[in-house]
Amino acid sequence: MKSTASLERSRRITTIITYAVLILGAVIMIFPFVWMILTSSKTVPESMQIPPTIFPAQLILDNFKDAIASLPFGRLYINTALMVFWRVVCAIAFSSMAGYAFAKLHFRGKNLLFAIVLVQMSLPSQIFIIPQYQMVAKLGMANTIFALVFPGIVSAFGTFFLRQTYMGIPTEIGEAAFLDGCNQWQTFYKIMFPLTGTSVAALTIFTAVFAYGDLMWPLVVNSDLDMMTLSSGLSTLKGQFSTNFPVLMAGSLLAMLPMVILYLIFQRQFVEGIAGTGGK
Amino acid sequence: MNKGEKLSAAARREENWGWIMIAPTIIGLAVLNLWPFVQTLYASFCEHLGFGHYKFIGIQNYITMFGNIEFWKATWNTVFFCILTVPVGIALALFVAILLNAKIKFKGGFRTIFFLPLVCAPAAVAMVWRWIFNGEYGILNQMLGANIQWITDPKTAIIAVAIVSIWSSIGYDAVLLLAGLQNISKSYYEAADIDGASKVTQFFHITIPMISPTLFSVLIMRLMASMKVYDLIYMMADETNPALVDMQSLMYLFYRSSFVAGDRGYGSAIVVWTVFLIGAVTVIQFLGQKKWVNYDV
Repeated sequence: MKSTASLERSRRITTIITYAVLILGAVIMIFPFVWMILTSSKTVPESMQIPPTIFPAQLILDNFKDAIASLPFGRLYINTALMVFWRVVCAIAFSSMAGYAFAKLHFRGKNLLFAIVLVQMSLPSQIFIIPQYQMVAKLGMANTIFALVFPGIVSAFGTFFLRQTYMGIPTEIGEAAFLDGCNQWQTFYKIMFPLTGTSVAALTIFTAVFAYGDLMWPLVVNSDLDMMTLSSGLSTLKGQFSTNFPVLMAGSLLAMLPMVILYLIFQRQFVEGIAGTGGK
Repeated sequence: MNKGEKLSAAARREENWGWIMIAPTIIGLAVLNLWPFVQTLYASFCEHLGFGHYKFIGIQNYITMFGNIEFWKATWNTVFFCILTVPVGIALALFVAILLNAKIKFKGGFRTIFFLPLVCAPAAVAMVWRWIFNGEYGILNQMLGANIQWITDPKTAIIAVAIVSIWSSIGYDAVLLLAGLQNISKSYYEAADIDGASKVTQFFHITIPMISPTLFSVLIMRLMASMKVYDLIYMMADETNPALVDMQSLMYLFYRSSFVAGDRGYGSAIVVWTVFLIGAVTVIQFLGQKKWVNYDV
């Protein structure tokens, strides 16, 4: 009897410790964001006070005004949105087609061509950057939206990932449509593609988050402030306001806000989408 | 005979559709990746004369590179960064995953919070941490009552970047590991409880072997990401940072050589070396996995 009571007690202690550690962890994860928000509304002298004040004396928006005055945030939002949009559309369209063909159709050279996909997937993107940049420059397309989208026009990873998805769909479904008189394209477009919604959503989120955070390519290819993305634009702020942290925090907040808002709305899809694509 | 011809006509149609449907991807990969890969390899044996013109100079870039202290420093920094981030990051992620796997409330809420850094642009994340790590007014020194020049001291700069990297990736790794943990049948633990095995024994003899495939894929992914670290360092270091040489990774050196100094031949040699290094590390991991990864569950 006594042993069950002590077992019960030790179980309760374990639970309490679990919560305590998780809450501590959550605080560590959240704190930088809270500190960013609080700092973004302080004056510079206030931010440098020792000991530090936690809350700003009053809510001021001057830092946001300064950040917007030195960075064309309106343009950055539009550029980033267009880059993300086109990369997502291209990844879904081309990867779905190729993924379906690699999974369900028979054609000569299939294995060799799929090997190209796998090789590209396992190479770091930096090894392509210099020649990709030279191509964009030669086309006279530097400082355009096209340049931002360029390396993301096709997606080896998306092709691989959607091939997996199509392989999981029974071939009989396609065959039935084929017997009903659909050609291969109609079978793909009308019957098979609509069945891959979850994977397409996952690929969308994965592609969008990656493109949004990408720093090296936009820095290399678009040097006009008006053609930068949120990430590359933000990086120019650190040179201008090296010690003015309230403005830097305001700028960072403006830069991360759109994706964070989307994340808070679609939490489950984000977590499962990104983890589901990466874990395979 | 007739039937065979029909079938082969259908097969030919299928083949044509197959080629049409992969065409955009394959052409894209050839133009955007395959050809650039060859060009980068070639450029690493060339001197860049400007405006995309190259002159073949043999292995001169590699000789320069292997004789350069800054390059070796960057190689070591990259390896050291992996040593700092990979074991600690994965251990902490596993710890978080185990806690989240317990019967607790607000599981989704915790998961959302731990995962949050992943959707934030690294540039913005690094900016916030620059402020937290700031030597004069940063909140970290204030809380510790210390006076550490985190980002500008050669001894701590790379550690500061590693902390940010771990903080950023913990939630992602934890979510992957949690999925692995949830696949372990409770009956193993119940049997072990009856046998009187301690929780620690259970962890090493049930949990670890059962999630070893997940653990392995997280390890490979994290290693590759750490070998390629660039954006956090770009944001946290400046050209004027006295600790720059002590914190710059190979990819950062590649960026500076190729696009700041404009020496694209030399830059290509650096990136080829980095890819070689990543390949070597990956091969070692795949060989080593036989010793500890358990696929027959």
